[in-house]
Amino acid sequence: MTEKISFRSVSRTYDVGGQPFHALRDVDLDIADREFVTVVGPSGCGKSTLMNIAAGLVDPTGGEVLVDSRPVHGPSPERGVIFQQYALFPWLTVRQNVEFGLQIAKVGRAERRRRAQHFIDLVGLTDFADALPRMLSGGMRQRCAIARAYAVDPGILLMDEPFGALDALTRVQLQDQLLATWGSERRTVMFITHDVDEAVYLANRVVVMAARPGRVYEVIDVDLPYPRTEAVRLSAEFSQIRNRVWRAVYHQTSSEGASL
Amino acid sequence: MWNVLAVVLGIGVWTALARAGVSGLPGPQAVAVRFGELAADGTLLDDSLASLRRVLIGFALGSALAVPVGFLMGWYRTARGLIEPYVQFFRTIPPLAVIPLAILLMGIGETPKIFVIFLAAFLSCVVSTFQGVVSVDSTMINAARVLGANDAVVFRRVVVPASTPFILVGMRVGLGAAWATLVAAELIAAQEGLGYRMQQAQIYYDLPSIFVGLITIGVLGLIMDRLLLAAEKRLTGWQERR
Repeated sequence: MTEKISFRSVSRTYDVGGQPFHALRDVDLDIADREFVTVVGPSGCGKSTLMNIAAGLVDPTGGEVLVDSRPVHGPSPERGVIFQQYALFPWLTVRQNVEFGLQIAKVGRAERRRRAQHFIDLVGLTDFADALPRMLSGGMRQRCAIARAYAVDPGILLMDEPFGALDALTRVQLQDQLLATWGSERRTVMFITHDVDEAVYLANRVVVMAARPGRVYEVIDVDLPYPRTEAVRLSAEFSQIRNRVWRAVYHQTSSEGASL
Repeated sequence: MWNVLAVVLGIGVWTALARAGVSGLPGPQAVAVRFGELAADGTLLDDSLASLRRVLIGFALGSALAVPVGFLMGWYRTARGLIEPYVQFFRTIPPLAVIPLAILLMGIGETPKIFVIFLAAFLSCVVSTFQGVVSVDSTMINAARVLGANDAVVFRRVVVPASTPFILVGMRVGLGAAWATLVAAELIAAQEGLGYRMQQAQIYYDLPSIFVGLITIGVLGLIMDRLLLAAEKRLTGWQERR
């Protein structure tokens, strides 16, 4: 398999009151092209830090991240990011938000409009294209953020607990919609979550992380067919994998003498 | 509707007080007559224009400088370190206290008056702009950066719009400060203007003229504030109201 993203012994240390705090220590992880990888772990395991390093928003203190075999230096529209708090520009309409990245890329007006419309339709916001974010529900805002990220045509989507602030029903709907979008506009996805069900339902592979120091604890393959449906979600195979991931997340044996 | 009623009631109370003979208080009618006289001979218009001119020039200069300085302070840590002590220090001095110094250094022409108004507007607006830039949500800046925005684009398309509500609040406060400072500046040294006219009226115990001056100042201040409020609504209608 061809690696799209490679973490090579990535470490990130913060100075907390004079003491080094290892948010991440020696993380090695390869993500294949067009693969959907979810990352779960207890809070403080550094999963968001890992994503921010891949995004180029945080620099590692050790190791490096390669994207298409080239080291990451700073953010790039090649790596789209979707934040938990949506981070829409509240003074721009849905359409203007989606066109933001295209404008920076100096895409011509007609083409910009066409591409924005395509992704606005894709996420089901056609009727709200000219609405301001304050008029939208949480789920609609996140769909707008997804359209905005897709519009600049990134090879990679990095998602930091994107559905974490949504109610359970909206969350399931957006998971299905995300998988449908991923089916038609296939990208490499690295999806951070603290929800075990969500992690298993979406992914080709689930990366379970552990805290103190933040590290990869276990990588679990999800051999379930796409498209994933309710039948998959309720299947015995699903709950088997889910139970495995659950144990890996909640019954971690402490290693390297790390203790709580 | 209620506002109209409030005005009518206010005039009623005023009339009653004047009728009851509160020491020398002129009634609305006397003030209206004096208003007509001053308006007819052009004095009121000249005075208003002179005052407005000072306020608007001082306010425009103050805001025009405050916005870039506020951005500089918010955006660059070094600039903040260098500028903030001065801003905080001068903010503790009422601009009126600077008038004697300004008159000595700049003479009794327009310059010292416009200068103190400028200072009042600048100090109010700069702090607010600075606060606005500092409080821009860093996630929003990151969102722009991952979409390919460089520093210049982040500044122009995220920091500026995100801090606009703060700037406009600063400008409204600044305008209030400018207006308050104006009258005091004119009371001390001027040949025309609403403050000067009231000063003259005081010497001749001309209470109706003082009332005309006060009401004109209030009305003009209110109109300017409403204009800024309208601009604020237009420019920051995207905000989520809490």
